[in-house]
Amino acid sequence: MNFTLKIWRQDGPKDKGRFEKYKVSDISADASFLEMLDILNEQLVDKFQTPVEFDHDCREGICGTCSLYINGRPHGPDEAVTACQLHMRHFKDGETITVEPWRATAFPVIKDLMVDRSAFDKIIQAGGYVSVNTGSAPDANSIPVTKKDADLAFEGAACIGCGACVAACKNASASLFVAAKISQMALLPQGKVEAKERAEAMIAKMDELGFGNCSNTYACEAECPKEISVSHIARMNREFLNAKKDSEK
Amino acid sequence: MTKLESKIPEGPIAEKWKNYRDKQGLVNPTNKRKLDIIVVGTGLAGASAAASFGELGFNVKVFCIQDSPRRAHSIAAQGGINAAKNYQNDGDSVYRLFYDTVKGGDYRAREANVYRLAELSTEIIDQAVAQGVPFAREYGGTLDNRSFGGALVSRTFYAKGQTGQQLLLGAYGALSKEINRGSVEMYSRREMLDLVMVDGSARGVIMRNLVTGELERYSAHTVVMATGGYGNAYFLSTNAMNSNATAAWKAYKKGAFFANPSYTQIHPTCIPVHGDYQSKLTLMSESLRNDGRIWVPKKKEDAEKIRKGEKKPTDLSEEERDYYLERRYPAFGNLVPRDVASRAAKERCDAGYGVGPTGLAVYLDFKDAIERLGRDAIETRYGNLFQMYKKIVDDDPYETPMMIYPAVHYTMGGLWVDYELQSTIPGLFVAGEANFSDHGANRLGASALMQGLADGYFVLPYTVQNFLADKINEPRLSTDAPEFEQTEKGVRERLEKLINIQGEHSVDHFHKRLGKIMWDYVGMSRNKENLEEAISMIRDLREEFWKDVRIPGDIHDVNSELEKAGRVADFLELGELMAKDALEREESSGGHFREEYQTPEGEAVRDDENYMHVSAWEYKEGEQPQMHKEHLEYKDIEVKTRSYK
Ligand SMILES: Cc1cc2nc3c(=O)[nH]c(=O)nc-3n(C[C@H](O)[C@H](O)[C@H](O)COP(=O)(O)OP(=O)(O)OC[C@H]3O[C@@H](n4cnc5c(N)ncnc54)[C@H](O)[C@@H]3O)c2cc1C
Ligand code: FES
Repeated sequence: MNFTLKIWRQDGPKDKGRFEKYKVSDISADASFLEMLDILNEQLVDKFQTPVEFDHDCREGICGTCSLYINGRPHGPDEAVTACQLHMRHFKDGETITVEPWRATAFPVIKDLMVDRSAFDKIIQAGGYVSVNTGSAPDANSIPVTKKDADLAFEGAACIGCGACVAACKNASASLFVAAKISQMALLPQGKVEAKERAEAMIAKMDELGFGNCSNTYACEAECPKEISVSHIARMNREFLNAKKDSEK
Repeated sequence: MTKLESKIPEGPIAEKWKNYRDKQGLVNPTNKRKLDIIVVGTGLAGASAAASFGELGFNVKVFCIQDSPRRAHSIAAQGGINAAKNYQNDGDSVYRLFYDTVKGGDYRAREANVYRLAELSTEIIDQAVAQGVPFAREYGGTLDNRSFGGALVSRTFYAKGQTGQQLLLGAYGALSKEINRGSVEMYSRREMLDLVMVDGSARGVIMRNLVTGELERYSAHTVVMATGGYGNAYFLSTNAMNSNATAAWKAYKKGAFFANPSYTQIHPTCIPVHGDYQSKLTLMSESLRNDGRIWVPKKKEDAEKIRKGEKKPTDLSEEERDYYLERRYPAFGNLVPRDVASRAAKERCDAGYGVGPTGLAVYLDFKDAIERLGRDAIETRYGNLFQMYKKIVDDDPYETPMMIYPAVHYTMGGLWVDYELQSTIPGLFVAGEANFSDHGANRLGASALMQGLADGYFVLPYTVQNFLADKINEPRLSTDAPEFEQTEKGVRERLEKLINIQGEHSVDHFHKRLGKIMWDYVGMSRNKENLEEAISMIRDLREEFWKDVRIPGDIHDVNSELEKAGRVADFLELGELMAKDALEREESSGGHFREEYQTPEGEAVRDDENYMHVSAWEYKEGEQPQMHKEHLEYKDIEVKTRSYK
């Protein structure tokens, strides 16, 4: 297959950036999107040009590193996959494909298609864990958890932290990311103890870092490669309101 | 000459770890604050170690290549983690896990370490559950288990096919908690390019900041490396793209011995190679062998027709299929260990029974399981793996059997460590896949997660503290010290040398060629002639690389080609050592199969009289490396021929 690529190039955080056009040919329909970019980069190296920088690692859809905005959609046209698991068979031969980085104030561009997502780490550091030290845990089967709660918690825990939800949202809100963690923890007896403090601290941090508000358009759910449901946002809001009520008492 | 002291504590095997802890040195809380620990790596081993050191009160600095510690390669582990909980009441025990691990490793692992690992396995599960790791549960609310290869009990805990992700996020949570408390400082997008030695001890690291390209110096009282395995020496593997051997290789060159480099694990169930543009291989978890049955056509004609697309696998009746693992190994069937399953797949394909367009594939079939348990049950167990397969191959494994073939997956070899996980460099500890410790010549499934977390949560917090107990009067070291200056200079010169070559070929070009040599000659099946050939080919390729590699861009900028070049340059050296070790080991043990040493039926033949040792290689500048032997003694387990029949 042959493609024209319109790719965002930006030399650094201070550079204004621009689109550049490239052609790639003879691409196998079974190649992944990132393998297609590898082929482009080989071509650029051949021509003594600087390759396109993009983040990637596992190439299996689990590490959350790849973060490409393809034809106006985070991770591109296929449902429930990351860009590394997107295959070229989902494009039309001869198509022009536009590739951009995530665009959000809280995710500044580092270079080309690479962005800085350390804001996500900061939100987790604010409270996205159970405060248990190594060695102080009771026997794992001492607290039963209903299968239903365990499965629901797992759904939230499946978040890969890629940031597609932020990139998809017109307000660049991190609500789905934050809710997935708050909800996972609130559903498990181990996480319930700190549930209120956690919700307050993580939400405050999200606001502080420049993410926007949630206006319930659900673009995040539609674009999440792990299909995490917005029902977690509802659970987060409940946790947050409970916490507020308690602190006002 | 350095002597290999394994430092195994006194006493019966079940009391050794307790004896160690009873007598080890401790550091009081005020002094802990004055002691600095560098941890390189945030996979399961590094993240759990750094968090635990922080909780104890030490000052910790932790580094990773990725943009976030949560993205370390451990995140990709699928199938599960072993623990001797015996929740299923099916006869498991610490001894049995110990026994299975030593046997699975073909009697090439250190007994005392493996016993400790089995002992600590149960605490890992408790710790993870307390952190909120959502393991799979039964309807009654208790934890569920599945089986993995090489075991007759169900001792594997899992979270769908995303166990590594859930465990790593648990450890990442613990790490985040300590970062928030201020005991741990996190440095992401950093690559360790050398180890700084002061008076013969590890006292710091040189990091390249992958965003600015600048070199940075960090000093500490001790350095812990948890930098993962070196499977990417083969170019194509199931490892993440950034997995590499550089940190371990630099330590080797500074005096840390490299143990059993030739012991690599080829995993039997991966999606077959489909094109030369391919960048990595995808694992289909071993857990699938709980319910999937492996087969090829009984008749060559059928295999041929399938390859040409004239027949479909579903056209073949039961009688026309050869469930070769069940046939050859009735006791363990589809759940034989990985090395055995991989060789059996290769044997069938080499004999002309392989399927798929290239003939290098066998079937993994869920038909019977779906009939028995229903599609929903299979979806609950393996949903994400089936989805991943479908996305990649564009074929539905609920309808037609999966096609799989062996691929490079894990490296049992690594830096040599003693019982305390300290390398031959004082003050340098090595954990997780980066060390050689517990799996001998072959690792059992679901045991790497167990080992990484045992090392990080439960071993290093004791042994590193024991080491630091002698250092409480040692002041902090300035990074202006001449040793830092010197080491940084070396790193800078090498980067400049690389970028100034401006040759004809890209880094990947060389990496792919190295990968092909390694796979063809130092892969699943090895012989003397091929290994000698490989050594000379790798030497030539290395010379060519240093004359002809082309790296565009700047040193002082984001430059992933430069990052890759440094790693490939190290793989080009390590590859030779892997071949050398394989050549020297004239026996077949575990993942190391020498064609000269097999039974007429093709089973591996060990040579315990001459090779019951760990081969630990010492770097010699400008000379051939020197091999040292750590002899292995088995007092608590009877050494037998490994049989899964
Ligand atoms: C696809 C797949 C599935 C698997 N499934 C299972 C399973 O089900 N069960 C099981 O037990 N095992 C499994 N394994 C094996 C297991 O995942 C790994 O062995 C284990 O996670 C390794 O953990 P680690 O902490 O040692 O290293 P890693 O997770 O590889 O982490 C290495 C860390 O070191 C950092 N690093 C490396 N080099 C440098 C450097 N030079 N400078 C700075 N930082 C550096 C990296 O950034 C990273 O943070 C699987 C492996 C693969 C590939
Ligand atoms: S590279 Fe890991 S999710 Fe895409």
